[in-house]
Amino acid sequence: MKNISTPLSKNVIEDLKAGEEILLSGYLYTARDVAHSRLCKLIKDGKPLPFDIKDQVFYFVGPTPPRPGYVIGSAGPTTSYRMDEYSPILIEHGLSGMIGKGNRSSEVIDAMIKYKAVYFAAIGGAGALIARCIKEATIVCYEDLGPEAIRKILVVDMPLIVAIDCYGNNLYKGR
Amino acid sequence: MKNIKYEDLVGKIEDLILQTSYNLPSDVYEAIKKSKDTEESTLGKSILEKLLINADIARDEKLPICQDTGSAVFFVEIGRKTNLQDIELSKAIYEATANAYRKGYLRSSIVIDPVYNRKNSGDNTPPIIHYELTETDYIKIQFAAKGGGAENMSGLAMLKPLDGEDGVVNFVCELVKKAYGNPCPPIVIGIGIGGNFEYSCYLAKKALLREIGQKNPDPDYARLEEKILDAVNSLGIGPQGLGGRVTALAVHILTYPCHIASLPVAVNLNCHVSRHGYIII
Repeated sequence: MKNISTPLSKNVIEDLKAGEEILLSGYLYTARDVAHSRLCKLIKDGKPLPFDIKDQVFYFVGPTPPRPGYVIGSAGPTTSYRMDEYSPILIEHGLSGMIGKGNRSSEVIDAMIKYKAVYFAAIGGAGALIARCIKEATIVCYEDLGPEAIRKILVVDMPLIVAIDCYGNNLYKGR
Repeated sequence: MKNIKYEDLVGKIEDLILQTSYNLPSDVYEAIKKSKDTEESTLGKSILEKLLINADIARDEKLPICQDTGSAVFFVEIGRKTNLQDIELSKAIYEATANAYRKGYLRSSIVIDPVYNRKNSGDNTPPIIHYELTETDYIKIQFAAKGGGAENMSGLAMLKPLDGEDGVVNFVCELVKKAYGNPCPPIVIGIGIGGNFEYSCYLAKKALLREIGQKNPDPDYARLEEKILDAVNSLGIGPQGLGGRVTALAVHILTYPCHIASLPVAVNLNCHVSRHGYIII
């Protein structure tokens, strides 16, 4: 199985093919619906983002609170289509990878092809298993959103599947 | 029902919520295990295996099986011959929900207003409670932690009265096809047929509480459940929507008589983390 690390450079992305299982290590940012909408509003208003998204990877997740002695609780992916409205804008501004579950819209896939980005599927409902790969978690911004705040997390060998590659090959082929 | 103290009742409901959130029910665990043999896709098989490992970790470490610890849904059967005295049952369920989600490190996933003030309530309250009066001398409290991803893919059709079996099968298959990987397949499909607009939805949700492997007592509907399961598992959606045979683990139907002009069919989907449990008091 291929091991890859964040930040994701364009030549690493070009090498990933839909259907491949990979292990991802490095820092990721967690973001769900409201966080996406806030970031996109900043971009539209011409304001700076709270952190640099260039070559970064967003993980669509709202974890459970950690037990004492743990860095995070269960942390599996949420359904990605709810982020479809926002992902193309973020990809245009440098985001290079997304982790979630379920298919993406044609607008997202077009942006992924145009700016070279990749979409990984994590196993939905395997939050306890995925939590084991997370070694650090700190809130970056939007703490008011509780589980939906943006967190910077460090993952080691997170098992993922390349669901849609930067050539538009899509594992959700039934759609 | 023996006399029960309010605090003890709250404690029992708290425990029900926690057990259901950390321990995948054995019927679901066994169904996933069995489904590995029918799955033809290598990726699908590997996903099913990881779901079992995930369930083992969750049980051993008291971690929620899934980070979406759901909205707290209760079906409460109150025996007419029980004596609740001055116990406020709704209050007990509300309090148990707040306690369990806070103390058990479960995610609070409820916002206090659906449109204008989507602020997290902080303790996953309020729960959703359905009451039913029965002719027994006990109280049965059934709990379902209902995740948002699968719930969002649910649907209702007010079919024409003569659309019959084919109408039902087609509606369910179209809905599952449209949902594709979103509800976290392999899914459990709860179907409520008959009643009316709201009652069919209630039945669809209640149908999800049945143990996997328990046959529908009505032979016609037992056959229809098999037919829908076969049809859905021929769609090629597979585990997580990444291709394969195992799209659904089970189809459960509940029915009720209905109006001459109608054939309501409600479908409520559950992800593979099909969390259900009950206590009897």
